[in-house]
Amino acid sequence: MKTRRKTQRTGLVTLVFALFSFGAMADVPVPDIPEAIKGEQCVEETSFMRRNHMELLSHQRDDTLRKGIRTKKHSLKNCFTCHVVKGADNQPVTVKDPRHFCRECHDYAAVQVDCFQCHTSVPGGAKTTGTRP
Amino acid sequence: MNNEQQTQDNKIDNYRRKLLGGSAALAGAAALGPGVFFTSIARAKPDAEPASSEVRWGFLIDTNKCVNNCDKCVTACNDEFNLTGFGRPETDAQWIRTVTLRDKKTGHTTKLPLMCQHCAHPPCVDVCPTGASFKRPDGIVLVDKHTCIGCRYCMIACPYKARSFVHETIDNQKEYGPRGKGTVESCTLCVHRVDKGEIPACAEACPEKAILFGNMNDANSDIAQRMASTASTEIRGDLRLDLGVRYQGI
Repeated sequence: MKTRRKTQRTGLVTLVFALFSFGAMADVPVPDIPEAIKGEQCVEETSFMRRNHMELLSHQRDDTLRKGIRTKKHSLKNCFTCHVVKGADNQPVTVKDPRHFCRECHDYAAVQVDCFQCHTSVPGGAKTTGTRP
Repeated sequence: MNNEQQTQDNKIDNYRRKLLGGSAALAGAAALGPGVFFTSIARAKPDAEPASSEVRWGFLIDTNKCVNNCDKCVTACNDEFNLTGFGRPETDAQWIRTVTLRDKKTGHTTKLPLMCQHCAHPPCVDVCPTGASFKRPDGIVLVDKHTCIGCRYCMIACPYKARSFVHETIDNQKEYGPRGKGTVESCTLCVHRVDKGEIPACAEACPEKAILFGNMNDANSDIAQRMASTASTEIRGDLRLDLGVRYQGI
Protein backbone atom coordinates (compact mmCIF):
# COMPACT_ATOMS: atom_id res chain seq x y z
CA MET A 1 0.00 0.00 0.00
CA LYS A 2 2.79 2.32 1.03
CA THR A 3 4.75 1.59 -2.16
CA ARG A 4 1.64 2.18 -4.23
CA ARG A 5 1.00 5.49 -2.57
CA LYS A 6 4.63 6.44 -3.07
CA THR A 7 4.41 5.52 -6.75
CA GLN A 8 1.26 7.58 -7.06
CA ARG A 9 2.89 10.49 -5.31
CA THR A 10 6.04 10.32 -7.40
CA GLY A 11 3.82 10.15 -10.49
CA LEU A 12 1.86 13.17 -9.37
CA VAL A 13 4.94 15.20 -8.56
CA THR A 14 6.49 14.27 -11.90
CA LEU A 15 3.29 15.28 -13.66
CA VAL A 16 3.13 18.59 -11.83
CA PHE A 17 6.67 19.49 -12.74
CA ALA A 18 6.37 18.12 -16.23
CA LEU A 19 3.51 20.58 -16.71
CA PHE A 20 5.53 23.26 -15.03
CA SER A 21 8.52 22.78 -17.27
CA PHE A 22 6.31 23.17 -20.36
CA GLY A 23 5.78 26.78 -19.38
CA ALA A 24 4.75 27.50 -22.91
CA MET A 25 1.41 25.89 -22.23
CA ALA A 26 0.07 29.20 -21.01
CA ASP A 27 -3.47 27.97 -20.45
CA VAL A 28 -2.33 25.47 -17.79
CA PRO A 29 -2.19 27.03 -14.32
CA VAL A 30 1.15 26.37 -12.66
CA PRO A 31 2.28 27.12 -9.11
CA ASP A 32 4.03 30.44 -8.79
CA ILE A 33 7.09 29.28 -6.85
CA PRO A 34 8.55 32.15 -4.81
CA GLU A 35 12.22 33.00 -5.37
CA ALA A 36 14.60 32.00 -2.59
CA ILE A 37 15.73 35.17 -0.84
CA LYS A 38 19.38 34.26 -1.20
CA GLY A 39 18.89 33.25 -4.84
CA GLU A 40 21.71 30.70 -4.74
CA GLN A 41 21.79 26.96 -5.28
CA CYS A 42 19.65 24.90 -2.90
CA VAL A 43 21.33 22.39 -0.55
CA GLU A 44 20.95 19.75 -3.31
CA GLU A 45 20.10 19.89 -7.02
CA THR A 46 16.75 21.59 -7.55
CA SER A 47 15.33 18.59 -9.42
CA PHE A 48 16.44 16.29 -6.60
CA MET A 49 14.92 18.58 -3.98
CA ARG A 50 11.59 18.69 -5.81
CA ARG A 51 11.25 14.93 -5.66
CA ASN A 52 13.04 14.13 -2.41
CA HIS A 53 12.79 17.04 0.01
CA MET A 54 10.35 15.10 2.19
CA GLU A 55 12.73 12.17 2.50
CA LEU A 56 15.60 14.43 3.52
CA LEU A 57 13.42 16.17 6.09
CA SER A 58 12.11 13.00 7.68
CA HIS A 59 15.60 11.46 7.80
CA GLN A 60 16.99 14.60 9.40
CA ARG A 61 14.13 14.79 11.90
CA ASP A 62 14.85 11.28 13.23
CA ASP A 63 18.59 11.95 13.41
CA THR A 64 18.06 15.20 15.26
CA LEU A 65 15.37 14.13 17.69
CA ARG A 66 16.46 10.57 18.42
CA LYS A 67 20.24 10.89 18.20
CA GLY A 68 20.86 14.57 18.79
CA ILE A 69 22.62 15.08 15.43
CA ARG A 70 22.02 18.71 14.62
CA THR A 71 23.61 19.26 11.22
CA LYS A 72 21.85 22.15 9.53
CA LYS A 73 22.05 21.23 5.84
CA HIS A 74 18.82 19.23 5.56
CA SER A 75 16.94 20.74 8.47
CA LEU A 76 13.50 22.33 8.24
CA LYS A 77 14.97 25.39 9.91
CA ASN A 78 17.51 25.70 7.10
CA CYS A 79 14.73 25.70 4.45
CA PHE A 80 13.41 28.93 5.89
CA THR A 81 16.73 30.71 5.86
CA CYS A 82 16.23 31.05 2.07
CA HIS A 83 12.65 30.05 1.28
CA VAL A 84 10.81 32.78 3.10
CA VAL A 85 8.03 34.93 1.67
CA LYS A 86 7.52 38.36 3.15
CA GLY A 87 4.14 40.05 3.37
CA ALA A 88 3.23 43.73 2.95
CA ASP A 89 4.52 44.47 6.46
CA ASN A 90 7.92 43.00 5.49
CA GLN A 91 7.38 40.17 7.99
CA PRO A 92 7.59 36.51 6.92
CA VAL A 93 4.17 35.06 6.16
CA THR A 94 3.06 31.97 8.09
CA VAL A 95 1.68 28.82 6.54
CA LYS A 96 -1.82 30.24 7.05
CA ASP A 97 -1.07 32.52 4.10
CA PRO A 98 -1.45 30.83 0.68
CA ARG A 99 1.72 32.62 -0.47
CA HIS A 100 3.86 30.59 1.98
CA PHE A 101 6.64 28.78 0.11
CA CYS A 102 5.44 25.28 1.03
CA ARG A 103 1.83 26.01 0.22
CA GLU A 104 2.45 27.22 -3.32
CA CYS A 105 3.10 23.67 -4.56
CA HIS A 106 1.33 21.69 -1.87
CA ASP A 107 -1.97 23.48 -2.47
CA TYR A 108 -1.55 22.97 -6.20
CA ALA A 109 -0.79 19.27 -5.83
CA ALA A 110 -3.40 18.85 -3.08
CA VAL A 111 -0.84 17.20 -0.81
CA GLN A 112 -1.44 18.06 2.82
CA VAL A 113 1.66 19.07 4.76
CA ASP A 114 1.47 18.22 8.47
CA CYS A 115 4.80 19.69 9.61
CA PHE A 116 3.28 22.97 10.76
CA GLN A 117 0.79 21.45 13.15
CA CYS A 118 3.75 21.39 15.54
CA HIS A 119 6.60 23.29 13.88
CA THR A 120 6.69 27.01 13.36
CA SER A 121 6.37 28.03 9.70
CA VAL A 122 8.44 31.21 9.92
CA PRO A 123 12.15 31.72 10.57
CA GLY A 124 12.96 32.31 14.22
CA GLY A 125 9.55 31.08 15.43
CA ALA A 126 6.94 33.04 17.30
CA LYS A 127 7.66 35.92 19.61
CA THR A 128 6.72 35.45 23.26
CA THR A 129 2.98 36.06 23.31
CA GLY A 130 -0.20 34.94 25.03
CA THR A 131 -1.40 34.37 28.56
CA ARG A 132 0.89 32.47 30.85
CA PRO A 133 -0.53 29.39 32.60
CA MET B 1 15.44 13.79 57.94
CA ASN B 2 16.01 14.63 61.61
CA ASN B 3 16.72 18.09 62.97
CA GLU B 4 20.34 17.48 63.72
CA GLN B 5 21.00 16.44 60.16
CA GLN B 6 19.04 19.41 58.89
CA THR B 7 21.14 21.84 60.96
CA GLN B 8 24.27 20.20 59.68
CA ASP B 9 23.04 20.57 56.11
CA ASN B 10 22.23 24.23 56.69
CA LYS B 11 25.73 24.83 58.01
CA ILE B 12 27.25 23.25 54.96
CA ASP B 13 24.87 25.21 52.83
CA ASN B 14 25.93 28.52 54.41
CA TYR B 15 29.52 27.66 53.76
CA ARG B 16 28.74 26.73 50.18
CA ARG B 17 26.67 29.86 49.70
CA LYS B 18 29.66 32.00 50.67
CA LEU B 19 31.85 30.01 48.36
CA LEU B 20 29.36 30.29 45.52
CA GLY B 21 28.90 33.98 46.29
CA GLY B 22 32.60 34.43 45.70
CA SER B 23 32.56 32.60 42.40
CA ALA B 24 29.42 34.52 41.36
CA ALA B 25 31.34 37.77 41.81
CA LEU B 26 34.05 36.36 39.61
CA ALA B 27 31.50 35.37 36.98
CA GLY B 28 30.10 38.89 37.25
CA ALA B 29 33.18 40.14 35.45
CA ALA B 30 32.06 38.23 32.39
CA ALA B 31 28.53 39.65 32.54
CA LEU B 32 27.19 40.98 29.25
CA GLY B 33 24.81 43.40 30.92
CA PRO B 34 22.56 43.63 33.97
CA GLY B 35 21.13 40.19 34.61
CA VAL B 36 22.60 38.75 31.41
CA PHE B 37 25.35 36.21 31.83
CA PHE B 38 27.24 34.26 29.28
CA THR B 39 26.88 30.79 30.70
CA SER B 40 28.16 27.61 29.16
CA ILE B 41 29.09 24.11 30.17
CA ALA B 42 32.49 22.64 29.52
CA ARG B 43 32.06 21.47 25.93
CA ALA B 44 29.49 22.01 23.22
CA LYS B 45 28.71 18.88 21.24
CA PRO B 46 29.70 19.18 17.56
CA ASP B 47 26.55 19.31 15.38
CA ALA B 48 27.30 16.08 13.53
CA GLU B 49 28.10 14.08 16.66
CA PRO B 50 25.29 12.01 18.18
CA ALA B 51 24.48 12.25 21.90
CA SER B 52 26.82 10.00 23.86
CA SER B 53 25.91 7.44 26.51
CA GLU B 54 29.07 8.41 28.36
CA VAL B 55 27.25 11.57 29.37
CA ARG B 56 24.38 11.67 31.84
CA TRP B 57 22.81 15.11 32.01
CA GLY B 58 21.04 15.99 35.22
CA PHE B 59 20.08 18.52 37.84
CA LEU B 60 21.09 18.81 41.46
CA ILE B 61 18.54 21.04 43.17
CA ASP B 62 19.25 22.60 46.55
CA THR B 63 15.86 23.19 48.14
CA ASN B 64 17.47 25.17 50.98
CA LYS B 65 18.12 27.92 48.47
CA CYS B 66 14.63 27.86 47.00
CA VAL B 67 12.88 31.06 48.06
CA ASN B 68 9.17 31.30 48.88
CA ASN B 69 7.01 33.13 46.34
CA CYS B 70 9.71 32.84 43.69
CA ASP B 71 8.70 31.16 40.46
CA LYS B 72 11.42 32.42 38.15
CA CYS B 73 12.28 28.88 36.97
CA VAL B 74 8.66 28.28 36.00
CA THR B 75 8.39 31.63 34.21
CA ALA B 76 11.67 31.06 32.40
CA CYS B 77 10.43 27.66 31.15
CA ASN B 78 7.11 29.11 30.01
CA ASP B 79 8.92 31.91 28.17
CA GLU B 80 11.46 29.57 26.61
CA PHE B 81 8.77 27.41 25.00
CA ASN B 82 5.89 29.90 24.80
CA LEU B 83 3.77 27.73 27.08
CA THR B 84 0.57 29.71 27.16
CA GLY B 85 -2.46 28.99 29.29
CA PHE B 86 -6.14 28.79 28.41
CA GLY B 87 -7.38 29.62 31.91
CA ARG B 88 -7.69 25.93 32.79
CA PRO B 89 -4.96 25.17 35.31
CA GLU B 90 -5.99 21.51 35.50
CA THR B 91 -5.01 20.85 31.89
CA ASP B 92 -2.80 23.76 30.83
CA ALA B 93 0.73 22.78 29.82
CA GLN B 94 3.11 22.67 32.77
CA TRP B 95 6.65 21.45 32.26
CA ILE B 96 7.94 22.61 35.62
CA ARG B 97 6.04 23.55 38.76
CA THR B 98 6.84 24.46 42.32
CA VAL B 99 5.76 22.08 45.05
CA THR B 100 5.57 22.96 48.74
CA LEU B 101 6.05 20.15 51.25
CA ARG B 102 4.95 20.61 54.85
CA ASP B 103 6.12 18.47 57.72
CA LYS B 104 2.89 17.92 59.68
CA LYS B 105 4.73 17.39 62.94
CA THR B 106 7.01 20.42 62.90
CA GLY B 107 5.18 22.67 60.45
CA HIS B 108 8.42 23.15 58.52
CA THR B 109 7.82 23.80 54.85
CA THR B 110 10.15 23.04 51.97
CA LYS B 111 9.67 24.40 48.50
CA LEU B 112 11.08 22.74 45.41
CA PRO B 113 10.80 22.88 41.64
CA LEU B 114 9.55 19.66 40.09
CA MET B 115 9.93 18.70 36.45
CA CYS B 116 10.51 15.54 34.41
CA GLN B 117 13.04 13.59 36.47
CA HIS B 118 14.71 12.11 33.35
CA CYS B 119 14.77 8.59 34.80
CA ALA B 120 17.33 6.04 33.64
CA HIS B 121 14.44 3.53 33.66
CA PRO B 122 11.53 5.72 32.61
CA PRO B 123 8.03 4.27 33.13
CA CYS B 124 6.72 6.53 30.33
CA VAL B 125 9.01 4.76 27.87
CA ASP B 126 7.96 1.35 29.19
CA VAL B 127 4.27 1.94 28.59
CA CYS B 128 4.39 3.89 25.32
CA PRO B 129 2.63 1.75 22.69
CA THR B 130 4.23 3.48 19.68
CA GLY B 131 7.79 4.08 20.85
CA ALA B 132 7.22 7.82 20.87
CA SER B 133 8.50 8.18 24.44
CA PHE B 134 12.19 7.51 24.39
CA LYS B 135 15.42 8.16 26.23
CA ARG B 136 18.38 9.69 24.46
CA PRO B 137 21.75 8.02 25.09
CA ASP B 138 22.71 10.96 27.32
CA GLY B 139 19.75 10.34 29.61
CA ILE B 140 17.33 12.98 28.33
CA VAL B 141 13.77 11.61 28.14
CA LEU B 142 11.77 13.03 25.24
CA VAL B 143 8.56 12.57 23.28
CA ASP B 144 8.83 11.99 19.54
CA LYS B 145 5.68 13.85 18.54
CA HIS B 146 5.91 12.43 15.03
CA THR B 147 4.88 9.06 16.44
CA CYS B 148 2.91 10.13 19.53
CA ILE B 149 -0.77 9.20 19.13
CA GLY B 150 -1.88 11.11 22.21
CA CYS B 151 -3.04 8.07 24.20
CA ARG B 152 -1.64 9.55 27.42
CA TYR B 153 -0.55 6.22 28.94
CA CYS B 154 2.77 7.90 29.77
CA MET B 155 0.99 10.60 31.75
CA ILE B 156 -0.66 7.90 33.87
CA ALA B 157 2.60 5.96 34.26
CA CYS B 158 4.71 8.95 35.34
CA PRO B 159 5.02 9.00 39.16
CA TYR B 160 5.87 12.72 39.07
CA LYS B 161 2.93 14.02 37.01
CA ALA B 162 5.56 15.60 34.81
CA ARG B 163 3.77 15.40 31.47
CA SER B 164 1.12 17.55 29.84
CA PHE B 165 -1.24 16.94 26.96
CA VAL B 166 -1.83 19.60 24.35
CA HIS B 167 -5.59 20.10 24.04
CA GLU B 168 -5.63 23.13 21.77
CA THR B 169 -4.34 24.10 18.35
CA ILE B 170 -1.07 25.97 18.86
CA ASP B 171 0.47 28.49 16.49
CA ASN B 172 3.06 30.28 18.61
CA GLN B 173 5.81 27.66 18.70
CA LYS B 174 9.45 28.60 19.03
CA GLU B 175 11.80 27.42 16.31
CA TYR B 176 13.50 24.97 18.67
CA GLY B 177 10.38 23.85 20.51
CA PRO B 178 7.75 22.20 18.31
CA ARG B 179 4.44 21.61 20.11
CA GLY B 180 1.16 20.39 18.69
CA LYS B 181 -2.39 19.49 19.54
CA GLY B 182 -2.99 15.84 20.35
CA THR B 183 0.49 15.05 21.60
CA VAL B 184 2.05 14.70 25.03
CA GLU B 185 4.95 16.90 26.07
CA SER B 186 7.20 17.52 29.04
CA CYS B 187 10.47 19.06 30.13
CA THR B 188 13.11 18.43 27.44
CA LEU B 189 15.96 19.39 29.76
CA CYS B 190 16.26 22.23 27.22
CA VAL B 191 17.93 19.76 24.86
CA HIS B 192 18.25 22.49 22.20
CA ARG B 193 20.41 24.49 24.61
CA VAL B 194 22.32 21.54 26.03
CA ASP B 195 23.41 20.39 22.57
CA LYS B 196 24.83 23.88 22.01
CA GLY B 197 26.73 23.75 25.29
CA GLU B 198 24.37 26.03 27.18
CA ILE B 199 22.49 25.32 30.38
CA PRO B 200 18.69 24.85 30.65
CA ALA B 201 16.50 27.95 30.97
CA CYS B 202 15.32 27.22 34.54
CA ALA B 203 18.85 26.74 35.85
CA GLU B 204 19.97 29.93 34.13
CA ALA B 205 17.02 31.92 35.52
CA CYS B 206 17.33 30.84 39.17
CA PRO B 207 18.53 33.88 41.12
CA GLU B 208 19.72 31.69 44.01
CA LYS B 209 21.57 29.23 41.74
CA ALA B 210 19.56 26.48 43.42
CA ILE B 211 19.43 24.43 40.22
CA LEU B 212 22.80 23.03 39.26
CA PHE B 213 23.02 21.46 35.81
CA GLY B 214 25.78 19.19 34.59
CA ASN B 215 27.13 15.83 33.53
CA MET B 216 26.63 13.43 36.42
CA ASN B 217 29.02 10.90 34.85
CA ASP B 218 31.96 13.29 34.76
CA ALA B 219 33.74 13.06 38.12
CA ASN B 220 35.27 16.51 37.59
CA SER B 221 31.97 18.30 36.95
CA ASP B 222 30.51 20.62 39.60
CA ILE B 223 27.41 18.50 39.87
CA ALA B 224 29.27 15.21 40.40
CA GLN B 225 31.58 16.78 42.97
CA ARG B 226 28.71 18.30 44.90
CA MET B 227 26.81 15.02 44.75
CA ALA B 228 29.88 13.27 46.18
CA SER B 229 30.48 15.80 48.94
CA THR B 230 26.94 16.59 50.09
CA ALA B 231 23.92 14.40 50.78
CA SER B 232 21.27 14.40 48.09
CA THR B 233 18.24 12.25 47.47
CA GLU B 234 15.78 11.21 44.80
CA ILE B 235 12.06 11.85 45.10
CA ARG B 236 10.35 8.46 45.39
CA GLY B 237 13.76 6.80 45.33
CA ASP B 238 11.96 3.62 46.42
CA LEU B 239 10.81 3.21 42.82
CA ARG B 240 14.46 2.71 41.85
CA LEU B 241 14.13 4.58 38.58
CA ASP B 242 17.63 6.10 38.86
CA LEU B 243 16.65 9.72 38.40
CA GLY B 244 18.50 12.44 36.55
CA VAL B 245 17.25 15.01 39.05
CA ARG B 246 18.43 14.90 42.64
CA TYR B 247 17.46 17.13 45.57
CA GLN B 248 19.26 18.43 48.61
CA GLY B 249 17.51 19.48 51.82
CA ILE B 250 14.45 17.27 51.64
